[in-house]
Amino acid sequence: MSKVCIVFDRLRTEEKMLQKEAIELGHDALMLDAKITQINTDSKREDYDFGDIVLERCVSYFRGLHFTASLEFMDIPVLNKFEVANICGNKMFMTLLLKKNNIPTPKTYFSFSSESAAENLEKVGFPLVIKPVIGSWGRGILPLKDKDTMEAIFEIRDITDSPHDRIYYLQELIQRPPRDIRVITVGDEPIAAMYRKSSGGFKTNIALGADPELCEITKEIEDMAAKASKAMGGGILGIDMMEDAKRGLVVHEVNNTVEFKGLVKVAQRNIPKEMIEFAINYVRK
Amino acid sequence: MNCPECDAILNIPEDASVGEIISCPDCGADFEIAKKEGSNVELKQAETVGEDWGE
Repeated sequence: MSKVCIVFDRLRTEEKMLQKEAIELGHDALMLDAKITQINTDSKREDYDFGDIVLERCVSYFRGLHFTASLEFMDIPVLNKFEVANICGNKMFMTLLLKKNNIPTPKTYFSFSSESAAENLEKVGFPLVIKPVIGSWGRGILPLKDKDTMEAIFEIRDITDSPHDRIYYLQELIQRPPRDIRVITVGDEPIAAMYRKSSGGFKTNIALGADPELCEITKEIEDMAAKASKAMGGGILGIDMMEDAKRGLVVHEVNNTVEFKGLVKVAQRNIPKEMIEFAINYVRK
Repeated sequence: MNCPECDAILNIPEDASVGEIISCPDCGADFEIAKKEGSNVELKQAETVGEDWGE
């Protein structure tokens, strides 16, 4: 019997499903709220009970990332690893790594001031899709279709001027059906996939109401997902792909703390069970 | 127990756990279960959605 520690900051359906599966598999499940946990530079693994393996499941990316750094400092095994979380949490780092590993990904332009981004957009031509480098659930993502929209968005960014607002991530608008594909990988193996169909708008996030529909994992999807997972450093990931009319599948995002309450409704395999089994085997190796 | 915001009755499921979010059916305020010992439940204001929330 092993002990799995599920670190959370907001207990969602996913964390409860993971807890249930761990217990049903005969393991101990320890639920730990990151918000009330204190760690210092003298902290040692034996000072805490983090079980045999930690699944970091914070909804706040930065909280989870920094918590993971603390765990690794104490040599506590954690999924996903700090390096994986760090890269997947930042769209620019992730895109660069996908491209570096020859994984088809939409062409993306990076600028480091609004003036430079505007100059690039006018040169490349409208539309391009602007995405914040940090953030999820489709927030702040929109196609910049004309100069007026661009100027309005850039002006807002110059006013709010948070550190990440200075990083401009602009991506080609992919010609695709009104859906994308979410693949969950566990240890580089795709275990479930779904189409996320847009509910009328541009975005296909389940968090925004997109409908999940089971997607068959073809050889192409399997290979692409495995390659993307390996490129990021493995673990438990959510790989997002689009069906480009010209190039076929392109990977546009890899998610670190993958949500699966939508996919679990249509998946044939038991997603939380496979995650727990992978975590247990991860420390047995 | 009652909503700390509007005093409406909050129905907290028996199997609810610490860390779960309870929404008030009347005013819509969100509360996090901070402590739970039997029927004694302590609530705190839930965090609002942050810029870095999500997957």
